[in-house]
Amino acid sequence: MTFMALYVFVLAGFVGYQVITRVPPLLHTPLMSATNAISGISLVGSLVAAGANYNQTSTILGFVAVTAATINVVGGFMITDRMLRMFKRGDEKK
Amino acid sequence: MRDMVIQVLYLAAAVLFILALRGLSSPATARRGMFLGEIGMLLAIVGTLLHHEIVRYDWIIAGLVIGSLIGVPIAIWMPMTAVPQRTAISHMFGALAATLVGISEYSRHAGQLPHAEMAALGFEVLFGALTVTGSFMAFSKLQELVRSAPMTYRFQNVSNIALFIGAAVLFVLLIITPAQPQLFYGMIGLALVIGVLIVLPIGGADMPVVISLLNSYAGLAASATGFVLGNNVLIIAGALDGASGFLLSILMSKAMNRSFRNVLFGAFGSEAKASAGRLASGDKSIREISAEDAGIQLAYARLVIVVPGYGMAVAQCQHQVRELEEWVEKRGGTVKYAIHPVAGRMPGHMNVLLAEANVPYDRLYDMDEINPQFDGADVALVIGANDVVNPAAREQAGSPIYGMPILNADHAKSIIVLKRSMNPGFAGIENDLFHNPKTSMLFGHAKDSLVKLIAAVKAA
Repeated sequence: MTFMALYVFVLAGFVGYQVITRVPPLLHTPLMSATNAISGISLVGSLVAAGANYNQTSTILGFVAVTAATINVVGGFMITDRMLRMFKRGDEKK
Repeated sequence: MRDMVIQVLYLAAAVLFILALRGLSSPATARRGMFLGEIGMLLAIVGTLLHHEIVRYDWIIAGLVIGSLIGVPIAIWMPMTAVPQRTAISHMFGALAATLVGISEYSRHAGQLPHAEMAALGFEVLFGALTVTGSFMAFSKLQELVRSAPMTYRFQNVSNIALFIGAAVLFVLLIITPAQPQLFYGMIGLALVIGVLIVLPIGGADMPVVISLLNSYAGLAASATGFVLGNNVLIIAGALDGASGFLLSILMSKAMNRSFRNVLFGAFGSEAKASAGRLASGDKSIREISAEDAGIQLAYARLVIVVPGYGMAVAQCQHQVRELEEWVEKRGGTVKYAIHPVAGRMPGHMNVLLAEANVPYDRLYDMDEINPQFDGADVALVIGANDVVNPAAREQAGSPIYGMPILNADHAKSIIVLKRSMNPGFAGIENDLFHNPKTSMLFGHAKDSLVKLIAAVKAA
């Protein structure tokens, strides 16, 4: 682990903060749902644990982690899209 | 070469995630943004599968398939009123994945880890475990598997703080001497207990803050996983989630005029009820109105501002609200919606429900936009909202909600309140708006009342 990781974390946090302050309150629920899906990125770590054949414990833990993270990613993106589809301006209706 | 490809895919994924969130700055670009986010996730997964350490795919495929089989049906069939609890439970799944990866890393090295890596791993399982049980509790409360009222007991804060300190001590010891599994698993156990205990005293109206906070913790746990595995895309995606949850918790706390500390350690009810009793004792009258008379008022109003609250979500009457809007418009009136930031159980809850009922989003106004417009409104129609329209927040320095920004429903020429009974709202505080001479109360289940109102507007 290098100090670079901390740089990446802090800078990503700043970028996130800047981008997210521009999200209107109207979309706060889809925002949370979307960031939740993105945090399913734990899937990346889970895949390695499940597939690397370190030992049986790691594989099983990895398998459960892959399942949990997949629920998050797949469900999260789909439901965010379902919500966003409902948001329409007045002139787009009818 | 292969490593190079993986890094490029990860970098692309990180950029796409940021673009996805930027898309959310407007409803017009939001869906395209989400599409970019999905591609980003796909690239990150493909990149990981190229990893030379991955040698077997059976468990990976099984996990991906089972996860999809659970995730997809929930996403397709879940009713929109259940969005808060789905969000809570999916924070749990994200945190669970991070925690399990952390345990797997620890166990395969049998704790033989450098101090810095142990620190990252410690953060990962601490935040992860706490979020797993905390989110599950939040889910259970929202789904009403357990009582959603705050649960308090003696020495609650003292014992919670003691547990926090206990977990922190184990964490420090573990960084000093990583190869001590009993410390590691003890710390996880404590974190699991803390997760339950910090959500116990949280009442329904504080849920927006807690859900945001758990959102942030789930992100931080994912980010810490990135530190442990030396994986930048995990760090970046986790940091984005962490920042978003943090920002939302601050916004929600501000909208309730309360500090984080107060939400987490506050047990709101106790002192509030004491003063509420005194306020309620005055002999204040209320004016009841029939649906017919209320309908006539609405039919001849030029500007109606609807103030929805959690009661609308409970009664699931957003479709009737939309129908009423149509009939008022047919009579020549304009209908706008005033959305308080903490109305409902999670940030933005009311917007999603109304969007589901086909209300165009340019009718939904934030508090700051709509407040000046109440002065020109003929009718403010309050549906299942209470504390967010309580003038005590402006006027009574002794009130527990004093200082909380509210919707100025009392500035409208007349106010119609749809309410089941005269029970006070979450904060247990008497609401002077209901005793305002301009206010009339329409008692009954919100859905029934709305159906009657629609009929009355049609007939007027």
